[in-house]
Amino acid sequence: MSPLEILRFALRGLSANKLRSSLTTLGILIGVGAVILLVAVGNGSSEQIKKSIQRLGADSLTVTKTTTGGGGGRGGFGGGGFPGGFGSGGSGSGSGPRTQAHDLTTQDAAALVSATDAPSVKSASPVVTSQSVTAGYEGTSATINQFVGTTPAYFAAANKTLASGTSFTTADVTAANKTVVLGSTTASDLFGRVSPLGRKIDVGGIRFTVVGVLKATGSSSSSFSDPDSIAIAPLSAVQESLTGYGALDQIIVQAKDSGAVDSAQAEVTQILGQRHDVASSGTADFTVSSQASVQSAVSESNKTFTVLLGAVAAISLLVGGIGITNIMLVTVTERTREIGIRKAIGAPRGAILGQFIAEATVLSLIGGVLGVVAGVAGSLFTIVGVKPVLVPSSIVLALAVSVAIGLFFGSYPANRAAKLRPIEALRHE
Amino acid sequence: MTPTPRPDALGPTPRPDAPGLAPRPDAPGPALGPALAAAPALASAPRPVLGIRDVSKVYGEGDTAVHALRGVSLTVEPGDYVAIMGASGSGKSTLMNIIGCLDVPSGGRYLLDGIDVGALDERRLAILRNRRIGFVFQSFNLIPRMTAQANVELPLAYGGVKGPERRRRALAALREVGLADRTRHEPNELSGGQQQRVAIARALVTSPTLLLADEPTGALDSGSTADVLAVFDRLSLARRTIVVITHEDDVAAHAKRVVRLVDGRVVDDVRRAPVAGPPPAASWTTEGAR
Repeated sequence: MSPLEILRFALRGLSANKLRSSLTTLGILIGVGAVILLVAVGNGSSEQIKKSIQRLGADSLTVTKTTTGGGGGRGGFGGGGFPGGFGSGGSGSGSGPRTQAHDLTTQDAAALVSATDAPSVKSASPVVTSQSVTAGYEGTSATINQFVGTTPAYFAAANKTLASGTSFTTADVTAANKTVVLGSTTASDLFGRVSPLGRKIDVGGIRFTVVGVLKATGSSSSSFSDPDSIAIAPLSAVQESLTGYGALDQIIVQAKDSGAVDSAQAEVTQILGQRHDVASSGTADFTVSSQASVQSAVSESNKTFTVLLGAVAAISLLVGGIGITNIMLVTVTERTREIGIRKAIGAPRGAILGQFIAEATVLSLIGGVLGVVAGVAGSLFTIVGVKPVLVPSSIVLALAVSVAIGLFFGSYPANRAAKLRPIEALRHE
Repeated sequence: MTPTPRPDALGPTPRPDAPGLAPRPDAPGPALGPALAAAPALASAPRPVLGIRDVSKVYGEGDTAVHALRGVSLTVEPGDYVAIMGASGSGKSTLMNIIGCLDVPSGGRYLLDGIDVGALDERRLAILRNRRIGFVFQSFNLIPRMTAQANVELPLAYGGVKGPERRRRALAALREVGLADRTRHEPNELSGGQQQRVAIARALVTSPTLLLADEPTGALDSGSTADVLAVFDRLSLARRTIVVITHEDDVAAHAKRVVRLVDGRVVDDVRRAPVAGPPPAASWTTEGAR
């Protein structure tokens, strides 16, 4: 009895009940398709975030103020800072600046550019940001996600390139000139196809002259995180008109080159540590994060997300497998008599076992292949703002798992069929 | 009672393991002696197809035990056409299951074509059923949604016969039962008599030592019954060994030998025609056949 022969019997058995076979296949199809598609969505969103982090520039560092409890946070990732904060509070030993975290100031930014103390730092740009600012131009108005006040060095550090016009100059910063460089989305929202250069936009009652337009980054289409909905103006002008002269939101530091990022990070930590008197309080009140560290933190949380999605999909695959067991049990019961006939005319146990396992495996394999097709087809579309990126290993895995499911979930009913005693099976009505 | 078996009845596989069960003089006392002495005679005398020795079958145990067979002995020569008769409950179905290697006896020995069936495992029993026995059931037991030809090919497929050879033999078997023009039909497109003839073709296709039929005409009208019995007569003329289990006298009338079972015992064993001769109703059937 050749395997091919057994397969032919199996196919004949399946085609005898087409509706039932196709419904069972559908269960596996959905499971496999869901695994592939959801993993691709998770992967796609992670790629997207990675890209938007990369837009910062590979050689830049971001210094932010640590906001966790009372200056206690050690690395800005709260968990470590908490017990420490409570501990010192309880003892009351009162290391003074516990509640008084230092703000980041323009002087901090200026101190970071020093040939002697920080040879690896190329530039340090103080940044203030105002979120969701409404700007108007001759009756049209648009919401700008981020209105950034900074110095000209920011453009290089944050990887912003101009499509037209110029950036503002250091002189503009000193003079607090109301000039602005618009992101491509903002420019098209306000001006349409007219060139915005030299025109004045109205931001909170203050008129800014547009001097340049940024190149579109063109990576994200979802509006809430559009990196092109941005306006960049001189620091002093933004402070004067929008944010006030308070603390900086962040300092963007550009290293001399991407190889010097680590040493730049050490120098920045050292200088700011001195200026913020970290030695006496024992904990830093600022965080220096390189793109790599942000990326690893984000990709870590993204991995969890992807695994979660995959797990949900895997459950549906499992349910599909149980569906196969169920339908095969029904089939075996229904065909008990046929099994008895086959055994009476000399079918060996292996042939019966093989036939039913083959039926289950063919079901799950067809479901798996169609599921791969469905998953790949589905990943061509954008899903909730995410462009899915296929993970080849998930396709192979889902297919292999679907076959394994056929073998595993089919083996119990097949075994039951093979173990039937011919006289009892023949008596079955 | 059966005719007394010849000393070589145990065949080429003398086994000294069941001395108490066979009280006949040729039963192994000095087990190997007579068998070895009889060995030269084997070449000339035909080996019996069936050698059933004091076979018993008990279902259940203790007070609820049912004795379906209480020591049946039966020897069937090659070419014989035997009808086993009995009312329901006489144990004939149990005997048929044991002869067909679908069930194992509780006691006694059963040799099929010289092979001791009791010593075989399930895999070998399957092979034995496939090669040596052709089954014909009361309810035809064709596999639905498979053409007549595919049904007939099935035992050959399980026996490992390759495609073209299989088709050739299946068509030959269908021709033998007069259904060469129905090979592409599925069972539900055939009449009862035709279905039973397909089943006979399926039973014949492996050239088994024994054709075993269980109430082959039980589900047929009189016309189809005549067709099927005619096929059996022709097969008997062709020196096939046939055992038919039945409770109908009409069917038994075609057999060369009639064995009656009552309460799990053989009570009557009548030879109506010589083993080597034609079956008693053959002349009538050859003209009546189709």
